[in-house]
Amino acid sequence: MQRHLISAADLSRDDAVLILDTAEEMARVADRPIKKLPTLRGRTVVNLFFEDSTRTRISFEAAEKRLSADVINFTAKGSSVSKGESLKDTAQTLAAMGVDAVVIRHGASGAPYRLANSGWIDATVINAGDGTHQHPTQALLDAFTMRRRLVGRDAGLGQDLSGRRITVVGDVLHSRVARSNVDLLHTLGAEVTLVAPPTLLPVGVESWPCEVSYDLDATLPKSDAVMMLRVQRERMHAAFFPTEREYSRRYGLDSDRMARMPEHAIVMHPGPMVRGMEITAAVADSERCTAVEQVANGVSIRMAVLYLLLGGSETALTQARTTEEK
Amino acid sequence: MSKILIRGAKVLGGEPQDVLIDGETIAEVGADLSAEGAEVVEAAGKVLLPGLVDLHTHLREPGREDSETVLTGTRAAASGGYTAVFAMANTFPVADTAGVVEQVWRLGKEHGYCDVRPVGAVTVGLEGKKLAELGAMHESAAGVTVFSDDGKCVDDAVIMRRALEYVKAFGGVVAQHAQEPRLTEGAQMNEGVVSAELGLGGWPAVAEESIIARDVLLADHVGSRVHICHLSTAGSVEIVRWAKSRGIQVTAEVTPHHLLLTDELVRTYNPVYKVNPPLRTERDVHALREALADGTIDIVATDHAPHPHEDKDCEWAAAAMGMVGLETALSVVQETMVDTGLLDWAGVADRMSFEPARIGRATGHGRPVSAGEPANLTLVDTAYRGQVDPAGFASRSRNTPYEGRELPGRVTHTWLRGKATLVDGKLT
Repeated sequence: MQRHLISAADLSRDDAVLILDTAEEMARVADRPIKKLPTLRGRTVVNLFFEDSTRTRISFEAAEKRLSADVINFTAKGSSVSKGESLKDTAQTLAAMGVDAVVIRHGASGAPYRLANSGWIDATVINAGDGTHQHPTQALLDAFTMRRRLVGRDAGLGQDLSGRRITVVGDVLHSRVARSNVDLLHTLGAEVTLVAPPTLLPVGVESWPCEVSYDLDATLPKSDAVMMLRVQRERMHAAFFPTEREYSRRYGLDSDRMARMPEHAIVMHPGPMVRGMEITAAVADSERCTAVEQVANGVSIRMAVLYLLLGGSETALTQARTTEEK
Repeated sequence: MSKILIRGAKVLGGEPQDVLIDGETIAEVGADLSAEGAEVVEAAGKVLLPGLVDLHTHLREPGREDSETVLTGTRAAASGGYTAVFAMANTFPVADTAGVVEQVWRLGKEHGYCDVRPVGAVTVGLEGKKLAELGAMHESAAGVTVFSDDGKCVDDAVIMRRALEYVKAFGGVVAQHAQEPRLTEGAQMNEGVVSAELGLGGWPAVAEESIIARDVLLADHVGSRVHICHLSTAGSVEIVRWAKSRGIQVTAEVTPHHLLLTDELVRTYNPVYKVNPPLRTERDVHALREALADGTIDIVATDHAPHPHEDKDCEWAAAAMGMVGLETALSVVQETMVDTGLLDWAGVADRMSFEPARIGRATGHGRPVSAGEPANLTLVDTAYRGQVDPAGFASRSRNTPYEGRELPGRVTHTWLRGKATLVDGKLT
């Protein structure tokens, strides 16, 4: 396992499976009355958020607290960052206070990579989403959700996603979720198909380890999971598509389209959903949609990542298991 | 006046000869010249070139003296073997009036390390809306002949057409920074396989090529000459080649970094590789080298763009675009063009001295190494190999992409009209 988690592409198949398996262990903690492990007691983790993201920050915070870490939350709004302080100075200020890990969300692609590789600080860096680059813990929680639903909670242990067909639909161009998922799902043996209007696919996508299609209807029957990406309404002002209505007609998931999916196939969404745009309310609220489950799984995944990167001792987990069995 | 005898230098890479400088001019070139009364510079094994001329330098003064001044920039130029540099107009205030260009020209003259030929802005404030007083800048003491909004593209076709036409009256040339602005909104790097992975906004080749295509057609239509700054793509090469075959008066420059580096380096997210136009692909690099060799691209120009440390010691998106280049240009050209067999030293003299001086009408520069010519000369130890150490730069800025990279060649001496500005690698 590497020291930092910057990109889903940095994970080997074995690393990824280990994280998923560890997350299953962590999920048990959530089922206990006292949802806490002593693993990271005395370790300090800072959540360094330069972009608004309540859900991701809360998910990391819950994970950190369940592992008994000391948590510092730093959000850029109203801070010295808005007064012109640089990423470097902010990071060094926090590092001077003695943090063991930095969970960073930043609007600039590559900011976590810079933080981990510029010698500015000496702490583990976990990417919580950078620009339109990567969001590796999102990809891990998506893979975790898929493995549970498509392979099985217990049957899935030690397994990857070989042969599963995953379709990712929407604004791939601006999506760090899509990039991370393509990388990780490929590593885990899944077959990924991206579906989007050509305007919302990056030039260079042909080099990615996946298929690309402009036709959602043709792809749905061959999908074990369909992941809908959020499409921001303001994109149409830059001529990425003509109107909201045309977008949902061609690329939105409604009940009719969902009916074309195989019976076992699931609908996923990283949130926040734009109901009526990429997904109808009926689909979002259906039993096949795992959006809420993904949020819950996010905490387990982030616990696993923190645990593995910060070198949490194996005994802590074993203890947890023993306590549980008593 | 003092005499200097440069003994046994390979003039333009040819057979060893002696070159005698008397005062400001070359007195004699030949074998076994008398050293009587002359200071002798032993130059056996070294290559003697005409003083290099850079058609594209940012000296930053006035306005950004924290990154470079006319003094530090011309010292960097002398250190890199240059005897004349064209200073770009994007200063603060912009060099769009006779007053500003005269100030820059005068500073260069006072310091005496290198002739400074100011470039005048094409439009007022580089805003692309209204022509600057091009004639006044030409008639000023600075004698401006090259006009450019470099850093910004003159994207309005009518303004570009008028500028091309207008400067014909006094033999000027418009140097275009070819970048279609709408296609490059939010652009951070070359658009392609690497940008798709890194999630950085793409700067597509077509944004450069479409402007070059338009401008060569405009130049043809109005019978003007046009110069293309920092040409960076294989497609641009094809357009310029086509235009030249049609007899259109177009010249083009390539930077050393576009001859050597590719966008693969951006994977490090290290802003030292952030530059405009961006580093392109391996295929582009090869096309540029071939085009420079066959003359489609006329010259090498550095686009020396100093930036203070803090503007590069940050995340990619926040960083400034640009690289310093005066002190490494010749080494990169030796590495990419000479040591690869694409160009001989006479070719280097052509691309880095004769042609840039001709395009910019830099009188007294880019002259043959022969008796009676101004003694603007550069002596190069081509056998040298060493790592680039920015700490040793004369430039005020250190934003080089070559730190720690081993490169061949080292300029040991530079003479500006017979006066040594660099001796044994040390500035005078």
